[in-house]
Parts: sequence; C-alpha cells; structure tokens
Amino acid sequence: MSKRILIIGAGTGGTLTANRLRRRYGDRAQITVIDADDRHLYQPGLLFVPFALADPDDIVRSRAKQLRKGINFHIGEVDRVDIEAEEVLLKDGSRFVYDVLVVASGSSLLPEETEGLPEALSQGSAFGFYTLDEAVALREKLKGFDSGHLVMNMVEMPIKCPVAPLEFCFLADWFLHERGVRSEVEITYVTPLDGAFTKPVASRELGDLLKSKDIRLETEFATGQVDGDAGKLISWDEREIPFDLLVSIPVHGGADFVSRSEGLGDELGFVMTDPHTLQSAVAPNIFAIGDATNLPASKAGSATHFEGDTLTANIERFFDGEEPEGTYDGHANCFIETGFHKALLIDFNYEVEPLPGRYPFARVGLPLLRESRLNHMAKLAFQPFYWHALLPGRDVPGIGAQMSMDGKQPTPSNQGESE
Amino acid sequence: MSTVTYAGTPVEVDAEGFLEDPAQWNEQVGEQIAAENGIAELTDRHWMVVNYMRDSYLENGTAPSIRTLGKASGVPIKELYSLFPKGPAKLAAKVAGIPKPRGCI
Repeated sequence: MSKRILIIGAGTGGTLTANRLRRRYGDRAQITVIDADDRHLYQPGLLFVPFALADPDDIVRSRAKQLRKGINFHIGEVDRVDIEAEEVLLKDGSRFVYDVLVVASGSSLLPEETEGLPEALSQGSAFGFYTLDEAVALREKLKGFDSGHLVMNMVEMPIKCPVAPLEFCFLADWFLHERGVRSEVEITYVTPLDGAFTKPVASRELGDLLKSKDIRLETEFATGQVDGDAGKLISWDEREIPFDLLVSIPVHGGADFVSRSEGLGDELGFVMTDPHTLQSAVAPNIFAIGDATNLPASKAGSATHFEGDTLTANIERFFDGEEPEGTYDGHANCFIETGFHKALLIDFNYEVEPLPGRYPFARVGLPLLRESRLNHMAKLAFQPFYWHALLPGRDVPGIGAQMSMDGKQPTPSNQGESE
Repeated sequence: MSTVTYAGTPVEVDAEGFLEDPAQWNEQVGEQIAAENGIAELTDRHWMVVNYMRDSYLENGTAPSIRTLGKASGVPIKELYSLFPKGPAKLAAKVAGIPKPRGCI
C-alpha cells in the first residue's frame, strides 16, 4: 500500500522535506502538503525591505511551484491534529488521514503577549519587519525619519533569526549615514539577553561592532509594556526607555492548531520534538522540523536545511520499522549583515558556540566572525541558492549537515575554562 | 568549575555559581543559594517556581523561559520579578540547582 505522508506547512522545512521524500519514494508515497495560502516568502529578504534594498515582489513566490511534480498541494487552514485517529482536521471540515505527519508550520508572532504593543503597532508608534506588510510600512516611515531615538527591541527569545535585530541596527546605521542624518539619530538595541548575543565569543565580537558603530546596547531588559502614546518601553522591573521610533520583534509562538492538538505542543505552541531525531514526543509517526519545533537551536532556515537530512532519514527508518537515529547536532550558520557592503558569518551547533576561523574549509572559506565584503556577496548569492538548491533538497558539496571543526579556531572559553 | 559547600553538602558549580549536577541539590542547598543572592527567605510562592523549574528541567532537559514560567508555573510574570529580582528565570534556575537557561541561539 502506498504510504500517506502529510506535511503541514509549505515554507522552508515543509517544502524541502516534501521534495526529498518525493525523490526518495516517487509514486510509492502519496505526499500532501497543506498551507493557508500560496505565497512562499523568502524570509531572509525581509530585513532588506525597510531600507529599500529589496523589492517586496522579489521575495515572494508560489508555494506550489517550489514542490516537485507529483506532490499534492492543498490550500486550507488546519484546525487540529487528531493524534489518536491519525488525521488532520481542517477548518472547512475536511480531513486528511496520514501514516506519517510532519509539522512544519513555523512560528507565529504574538504581539498581544506584550501589554500595549498591539495598540502601538496599529497607531504607528511601533513598527516591525517580520511580515511583509510591516516591513513595507517601516520602509515608508524610515524615509522621513531624520532625527530622534530609534529603538530596536527584541521582547524575548526564541525569535526567528536571532541575529536579525543586530543586522537591523547595522543596516539602520548605514542607511541613516547614507542619508546624512546619522548624527541626528540615536540608535539603541534593547535586549533581554545579558549581551549582544547568546554565546560569549560572538557576543563580545558583536558587542564591539555595535560600539564601533555608535549603537547603544541596553541589556537584561525584559519588556513588560509598550506605551505608544508616551513613547516608552517599560520593563517588568520598571526600567523605562523612551523612543521616537520603536522597531519591535514580538514574542514568538507556534501555530494555533498545535495548541489545539492535545499533547503536541508546549506552553508556547512549539511542537515538543527530540532535538537529535526530530521525532515528536507525542507519537512516533509525528515529526517536526524548523521553527515549529521547541528545539534549542536557531530558528533559522539554515538549521531547518540541516535538519532535513535527519528528518527524511528518520521517516524512512520509521517506515522500515527501525528506531530513529539522533543525527541532528543543532548545526546552523548565519550571515550577519553589518552594512557598508559587508557581512559576518557564524557557524555553530548545540555544543560549539560561534568561533572565529573560516567556513567551510580552513584554507578556502569565508571568514568566520569577521566583517568582510566576501560574506556580503555570499549572502546576496544565497537567495538563488535558496530557491534552486535548498528548497528542491539538493545536496551541496562541502556543506555538511553536521557541524565541522575544520577551519574553526577554538578559544579558551570554548573549552570550558573561564577567562 | 569549582566546589563549594552548601548546608554541609559539597557541590560543583560553574563560574557563575550554577550547579553542574542537579542531583547534588537539596532544599537546604536551594535555601542557601537564595540567601547568597539576596533572597532572605524562600516563601511558598518561591518554592512553586523553584519546583516547577526543577521538574521542567528534569523532564525536558532545558530550563523554561520566563514566558513559559509565567504561563505554566502558576506565578504571573510581574510577581516573578518581585520574587526573583532582575532575572527571574536565571535566578530561579540557580536556586533550583539546574544549569543556567541557555536562551537558545
């Protein structure tokens, strides 16, 4: 009998999983992908929209067209998963039975988790760039922003692309500089973390970079409230930061249907997933990939890409009656745009923090944790790679799913000793 | 890593004072860590949070975030900040004898 594989979400994880499984099984599996619309957004492009460095039309394509022939694509909204019955119920009343389910429904933005933030966003005192509409609105706002205090606030981890708020600050610095008004604008990055980033070596490097660009860093600020009328951020322990323009990255959660599906998700609606096998905690025939999971890894396309290897292998093992293998190591890498045609690159996993060196090879590679023009070029080259190699699920020579220490320079702090 | 003695129990701690091995913890250890960090007395409300942190860590292998604490521990976020000033998730993890929340990358 043909295997019924159902995938919820036709973003990065759902698309590359469907394509890999289709290549593996051909007509021996019936693969169906469900999403609420047919707009596949290249999310790394969102960062560039506010600065008019990317055109909204260039970063959206048809979801259906990214899927190989023979994969069914269904537009509809998922109501919930009936884990006992092994079926997915849609809001329009239709049902999809599965042998294996892959949850690839990404994360949702939850501004309503922060008091006053929805009002500030709708009044136009706060902005965002994690949706296309918001990024376009921010572009219009920035055109006329000539003086005052620009505050970038990440409310809470986890967020999609944890380096995005830093990149936003770097690009804002460059943008305002080009417009000749940089000296009139103060930029502050307000973060709940105790430094510029989560891990010590990168945190120090990025902290220095912020300083060199005259961007202030406000740490350990746990945003409790946004007062859009008075123009201030208020923390849970009652610190206040005034702003003229707030760019907020709100709290993230999983898709709504996850919370409506008994036992599938955690308190925030992220699917409880084994960090190494990608199998869900709730049932052996349910797997999850990418931003939809509760993995302690980056919510980033690169992590999703590397998870793809493990996921497809373990689905295969499940069908063959074997135990899943824990091969995913938390590997991710990210380009960090730093403005002025330069970028930085970081490469890391669950255990190894971002280190200096070169990637992917010691002798021939992009510089790690160091600004360079080459990294910026590579970031630009990534978009065609995304559509033509990553989504179709092609293997790329030299880019392994597991992280490699080749080219990395371990530092004392990475070896577990304090400085 | 170094060894310190809390309530007569030697425990291994990291550079920031978080226990390396949650199994070395007991309630007296928790009380003494709290006292060292400016919490004179652990009330029932403190214990609700500390116990939730420990259970959650031992079950999932990761410490809950502040948002999860606010939703699931039974103590609202505002109160978490008055019970464990500055960084409730971090401080409660320290008292609970579990590793520092990683704040995943």
